[in-house]
Amino acid sequence: MKAPNFAYLRATDLPGALAALDSYGTGARILAGGQSLMPALNFRLDVPEVLIDINGVAALTGIEIQGDVIRIGALTRHAELEASAVIAAEAPLLAAAVRHVAHPAIRNRGTIGGSLSLADPAAELPACMVALEAELVLASSAGSRTIGAAAFFRGLFETDRRPNEILVEVRVKRQTPNRRHGFAELSRRHGDFAVVGIACQADVADAKVAALRLVVFGSESFPRVASHAAAAAQGRVLSRALRDDIVAALLEDLDPSDNLQGGAATKRQWAQILAGRVVAQITAA
Amino acid sequence: MDAVTRATITLSVNGEPIAATVPVRQHLVDFLREDLGLTGSHLGCEHGVCGACTVRVDGIAVRGCLMLTVQADGRRIETIEGLSESGAIADLQAEFVARNALQCGFCTSGMLITAAALLERPRAMSRGEIREHLSGNYCRCTGYQAIVDAVASVLAGRIAAGAGDR
Repeated sequence: MKAPNFAYLRATDLPGALAALDSYGTGARILAGGQSLMPALNFRLDVPEVLIDINGVAALTGIEIQGDVIRIGALTRHAELEASAVIAAEAPLLAAAVRHVAHPAIRNRGTIGGSLSLADPAAELPACMVALEAELVLASSAGSRTIGAAAFFRGLFETDRRPNEILVEVRVKRQTPNRRHGFAELSRRHGDFAVVGIACQADVADAKVAALRLVVFGSESFPRVASHAAAAAQGRVLSRALRDDIVAALLEDLDPSDNLQGGAATKRQWAQILAGRVVAQITAA
Repeated sequence: MDAVTRATITLSVNGEPIAATVPVRQHLVDFLREDLGLTGSHLGCEHGVCGACTVRVDGIAVRGCLMLTVQADGRRIETIEGLSESGAIADLQAEFVARNALQCGFCTSGMLITAAALLERPRAMSRGEIREHLSGNYCRCTGYQAIVDAVASVLAGRIAAGAGDR
């Protein structure tokens, strides 16, 4: 189908975009990569009054190291994450995950800020942000604030972003020698929405797990750290036995939805299989 | 800047400068097909799944149905017509013909543009990697064996020709 009628406003800087957001309120949508917004418009699932196009806002671009964090501008395309030497070296979980984000032509347009703001339960990047304990910076005309990823994601397509705010940047801690990651995803064909996926980051010291942040996506309504799996892993030596214990404990963390992609029981089993693979990646690293 | 419902834009399409006034809700492929008569870019799903609408914007493959025409202001657009005329993918097209790498052909222009991105910086790839790259253009016929054959063959040819050094 074709998109409904709307007005279009091309922002050239952040204050201009925020001022437009103030004046149009909930009738406005931010147009970044458009790879989810445009389908929603073409399906007429959404009928906004105005699109505020932020693609020309240069302040929202770029990936750079700032001290012990990586600053990723909200307009960074998935393809830029994929090609970035900084991401490959300093946030390898993101590098592993981004290959699974849709297809090349979509990765060429889609943005990290758009993916996080939408909070699609099947999306890879929100889960990675929770696993990485990323901080998200939100701006409004009144100023900016920073929020941890775990607090930002609140439910199905629901975030802590207020209608007058734009997600402007993501701050991810740089890789350290004792940090390991694992990633696995099940989808019908490569690049499709995940049926079940797992993004996992672990701090390992002297072969013992100091922290396990395993996040299941696709089958769950929003990304959060699997607390039972984390408790099972805490302080223990990485081993085959620990892997089995984490996989068993994960069952308590899962609350999968029944839908056309599979029943809840099936998804629990898939999540456990993927968890085993992800923990094996961390153990082998 | 005020919000508008129509916008006047200038862009380059297959090397030709174009000026047009368009409704802002129009997506790029409707502009190319309906206003410019360039019907090589196809519309299958209009929600980014089928890939038949793939065009190049500033040299990069994008879904033409997920970009507004107004967003193409100042950009350089290439469609399958332009890529055919320039000869940039003549080897790939010849291989598609030689191997009969299509059934109904609806997906072909998108397949060619998607595959062209692999061929620009050729490196050795497994069939699995080629399939992964093309996965966003899968349609309904399931006849991808010959398409993967064609891409693999041209990739090998370009690597052998030292195209990777360009």
